Amino acid sequence: MKKIKLQKLLFYGVLLLMTFIYIGPFLFSLSISFNAEQDVFSWPIKLIPDEWTLDNYQRVWRDLPFGQWLFNSIAITIVQTITNVFFASLAGFAFARLEFPGKNIIFAVLLGSLMIPGIILLVPKFIILNEFYLINTYAGLMLPGLVTVVNIFLMKQFFETIPKDLEEAALIDGCSYFRIFWQIFLPVSKPALAAVAIYTFQGSWNEFMWPVIVTTTRDMFTLPVGMAFLKNEFSVQWPLLMAGTILISLPTLAIFLFFQKYFVQGVASAGLKG
Amino acid sequence: MANVELQQLKKVYGKDVVAIKGADVTIKDKEFVVLVGPSGCGKSTLLRMIAGLEEISGGELFIDGDKVNDVSPKDRDIAMVFQNYALYPHMTVFENMAFGLKLRKYPKTEIKQRVEDAAKILGLTEYLDRRPKEMSGGQRQRVAIGRALVRQPKVFLFDEPLSNLDAKLRVQMRIEIKRLHQQLQATMIYVTHDQIEAMTMGDKIVVLKDGYVQQVDSPMNLFNNPANKFVAGFIGSPSMNFLEGKIEKNDELEFVAGSVRFGIPDQLGLQEKLNPFVGKGIIFGFRPEYLYDKSKETSKQLSVDMNIIVDVTEPVGSEAYNYFHFSGKEEITFCFRSSSAYEYQAGQEVVVGLDIDRLRFFDIDTENRIA
Repeated sequence: MKKIKLQKLLFYGVLLLMTFIYIGPFLFSLSISFNAEQDVFSWPIKLIPDEWTLDNYQRVWRDLPFGQWLFNSIAITIVQTITNVFFASLAGFAFARLEFPGKNIIFAVLLGSLMIPGIILLVPKFIILNEFYLINTYAGLMLPGLVTVVNIFLMKQFFETIPKDLEEAALIDGCSYFRIFWQIFLPVSKPALAAVAIYTFQGSWNEFMWPVIVTTTRDMFTLPVGMAFLKNEFSVQWPLLMAGTILISLPTLAIFLFFQKYFVQGVASAGLKG
Repeated sequence: MANVELQQLKKVYGKDVVAIKGADVTIKDKEFVVLVGPSGCGKSTLLRMIAGLEEISGGELFIDGDKVNDVSPKDRDIAMVFQNYALYPHMTVFENMAFGLKLRKYPKTEIKQRVEDAAKILGLTEYLDRRPKEMSGGQRQRVAIGRALVRQPKVFLFDEPLSNLDAKLRVQMRIEIKRLHQQLQATMIYVTHDQIEAMTMGDKIVVLKDGYVQQVDSPMNLFNNPANKFVAGFIGSPSMNFLEGKIEKNDELEFVAGSVRFGIPDQLGLQEKLNPFVGKGIIFGFRPEYLYDKSKETSKQLSVDMNIIVDVTEPVGSEAYNYFHFSGKEEITFCFRSSSAYEYQAGQEVVVGLDIDRLRFFDIDTENRIA
């Protein structure tokens, strides 16, 4: 009995510690964003500032093209989320349910492409888009992320779990393959679709590397890029930066809270992408 | 409603895995035909070929006189009920049943009418707004049948529809499907591995084994006049007893297997049929149902008598199954059925008789029935 109690205590102790390690920096940013003082690095660290203010949040909106960046981020995220859900499920359906020549080879190549680190692809991607005169355009920002292999894989795996009987019953009922996909498989796959949507939303919204490379003017920046540019060589406006960061993280936070169930399901069913 | 004709239907997977080796079956209009056989015999494959879910590798398939080898499932005017129900989980019972009609662009009023009629027949009226997951297995299977019913197809196909239900529900649904057949007067093809289901439901039974059609006949004919040892053993529960022995000719024609020895009677042309097998091995088959205790049953005559020793008895209520071996020889145990009015003890010696018209003999090599 005693041993079990001790084990439990230890277990919760470790959990608490881990929670603090993860949530600590976030709380610290939150505190800085409300801090009226510019010098935020007084020692010891004060998680609760002496003087509260919303000024930093006002300044983010007033002094920076935050609205434009927000628009850019929203536009890219929405387009990429919709196209990812659509294309990944279409491709996943084809790989899971249709027979066509070269199916296994194509899928193997797709999976193989996951082995190539994304960094290596940055330069060729840039060169290709440059050839098409798409640098510093919305198309340039969106195109490379319209569909991702991981999402195709996730959808394929999910579709494979749907019993074949269902497909055959629909065939006998008079469905074409597209209708089977559209009217039977998609509605049944809500958890997987939600997982794909959430991952894509989160990925697009937080994407930094590609936008920073493909944009050249301030008006094309996305929120993460814009925020990063607040940290210039000479001075870092920490309260401003933190206020912006908190604002950026709100949508993902909200989505996570609303769709927590799907999030967990997605991680469980895919076991990929953290 | 229509007849279905299978002519030398073949199914080959890949290069050389032959699942169906030339099936010839004629299914008449309004007939209830059961495809039965052990797992892997090809019965489901055959049904799926009729449905159009499996490609036909050879031979011809006619539904209502039209060759449908290359017709897609939706244009064959068939409806199928699956083992796992295959209901659309995101649709209500009504939507599930209406889906096929909607796709075929029936007017809304007719769809509603047909679904309501089917629901009434199947006792589903109050469940029309439910989703499949809110229903029990039996109710789900009823919805699956309803989905087939509303289509009013030429042929109904059932792929082991009752195997996911518990024993009691299975019997109930069995009766319901049979009643439905009488009511609808439709052509139905039903796949099962359960020979009792086959016997009780079918007008005609197709027995399959290893991709070959073994016999196509009425249930009672299969039971009494099996074409070969496989059919004899597969149909009937408990199954037929088989005893390997020899035909010898001394003063008269005799069957000999260890301590079992009896003269072949001259009735029913038995001697003539068995004469060519003198000196050769042969399999003697006899059903547990047709054995009786000579000391209890005195009215019967013209029987073949054997001495047996009872090993185990299994009372099942109205009757008992007694497993035995022949005296003088410890062999595989055989079975005879008795009324539960008589009780037998292990080790008890009993003289059993068998009506001579119930004697069955099979060729030891081909396993075909000789007599």
